[in-house]
Amino acid sequence: MEQTAPLTIAPQSALRSQNRLRQTRRRLANAGMWIGASLATIIALVPLLMILYYVTAQGLPALNADFFTKLPKPVGETGGGMAHAIVGSFILIGLASLIGLPLGVLGGIYLAEFGNNRFGWTVRFAADVLNGIPSIVIGIFVYAVAVRPVHHFSAMSGGLALGIMMIPTIMRTTEELVRLVPMSLREAALALGATRWRAVLKIVLGAAKGGVITGILLAIARIAGETAPLLFTAFGNRFFSVKLNEPMSSLPREIYTFAISPYEDWHQKAWGGSLVLVLIILVLSLVARYFTRGRYKAVR
Amino acid sequence: MSSFMTIGTLEPKNKGAKPIMQTAQNLEAAPTAAPSEAPTGTTAPVPSPTILSRPASASVENGRKPRTESQMNITAKVETRDLNLFYGPKQALKSINAQVAANAITALIGPSGCGKSTFLRCLNRMNDLIDNVKIKGDVTLDGENIYARGVDVVALRQRVGMVFQKPNPFPMSIFDNIAYGPRLQGIKHKQELRDLVEKCLHQAALWDEVKDDLKKSALALSGGQQQRLCIARALATKPEVLLMDEPASALDPISTLKIEELMRELKQQYTIVIVTHNMQQAARVSDRTGFFLLGELIEMDQSSQIFTDPCDKRTEDYITGRFG
Repeated sequence: MEQTAPLTIAPQSALRSQNRLRQTRRRLANAGMWIGASLATIIALVPLLMILYYVTAQGLPALNADFFTKLPKPVGETGGGMAHAIVGSFILIGLASLIGLPLGVLGGIYLAEFGNNRFGWTVRFAADVLNGIPSIVIGIFVYAVAVRPVHHFSAMSGGLALGIMMIPTIMRTTEELVRLVPMSLREAALALGATRWRAVLKIVLGAAKGGVITGILLAIARIAGETAPLLFTAFGNRFFSVKLNEPMSSLPREIYTFAISPYEDWHQKAWGGSLVLVLIILVLSLVARYFTRGRYKAVR
Repeated sequence: MSSFMTIGTLEPKNKGAKPIMQTAQNLEAAPTAAPSEAPTGTTAPVPSPTILSRPASASVENGRKPRTESQMNITAKVETRDLNLFYGPKQALKSINAQVAANAITALIGPSGCGKSTFLRCLNRMNDLIDNVKIKGDVTLDGENIYARGVDVVALRQRVGMVFQKPNPFPMSIFDNIAYGPRLQGIKHKQELRDLVEKCLHQAALWDEVKDDLKKSALALSGGQQQRLCIARALATKPEVLLMDEPASALDPISTLKIEELMRELKQQYTIVIVTHNMQQAARVSDRTGFFLLGELIEMDQSSQIFTDPCDKRTEDYITGRFG
């Protein structure tokens, strides 16, 4: 051991960098990356803020009590509202959720818990493809299977089209989040004598609840603004209707009709409708956040 | 035989008496985890009090000494016969024949990956959850084969509870955590649940620390408290056997001590099997110890025997720290 080369003697401090240039370059790179990332974030936020600003600025003047309670006035008259479209949108979203929620959530649980096989792989692939199918194609499909046979447009077919669109989104997010629940929680439940489904429903889904609900909201937010699949399914209705087997209006559809009209008053209403749509989604998100706030999170 | 049993039972601390056989009866009454005091088999040399530094004796250089009788004649709560377990093509357990004595603490020791946790999980069929696991052989609980056709796994797991390595409380309140098992069994009555929760928390020595905030999140407890909560939760299903998979390995020494004290309390009513990496812990708390190596149960005997005078050279090498 004594024969080894003498140790290099460190300068005053071993912590001081030997190479000033390299140190400067490192600092510059660090600052550059930080500025770049911050800029990208800001730029990404600009359109969002602008949309919010624009929609609010243009839409707010159109909002009044009439907007929420009255039907549109005939062409040429000012005033009136979009009550039928607001109610219609809620009904359509409800119908879609009736289809999309159970299928999506249960399917997602299946994929996460039992889907490690060929079948699961196929379903996952199919869900991804379905997720990528343009919404108008889904509209045409539903038109072919649910509108043509009965010879009339209906709210039900609209709900079906939107529901189909919800399934893959909810299924995949549910799967991802259920997978994140640690195995130890499942084992704990099973070791206490829970059956598999009880362990999954109460413990696993309970632990993944927040994320699953966020996924559901994203899906709802997505379909709430869909126009294309409703064009040949729910169609649209100038009058107030809550009948599921008749055409029904919806906010996006009404925004479209009003926006392409030549009347200034209608343009105003279109902006108002847009603002209402944005607000609905905002409120939904807030409500869900409130209910899924981590009541049993560790206090740190 | 019975006369020796009586000696052991009546005078457990009598060092002079050297019973030939250790039976389950005197095993229950034998002083816990005190190897220097516990009686040993007649063939054994007088053990030195420091269990981990005993030099290898020349007579056991190779192979096994003849089995001492101490292993026979146990009232086994759980018993395995020729238990083999395969993960796909890999054999993880090789022909395990083990007996778990009733109302005693059985420790399973051995190096990592030797199959002790796998073995433990066989006892309440937790391995059923893992794909690709094949099990051959019998595991009996009170003489009934738990792998027989038609066995209700849910009922089995209620009788054979489990505590895991890492505390795994549910993300719910303390109360709901403990009430989970009873609720599964259909107990809905509020007062009954409340009494049960309180009793289990008392048993797990946690009541005084949490009695004022049962509504608080279980995740807000410290690690040691969480593990005791998990024990309380396991007790709430009123199991007969409690399996503990390294229950103290994630805990600090004080929490560990509490858990060990707890185990000594609990063995009055429960049969406990504990997997541990900590040999001092095994020596401290267990009445019987099984040593696993590469999927085999090398030997299983009274802890005093294993830690002072093991039959097998490999056991001795392991407990003296020569490997593992």
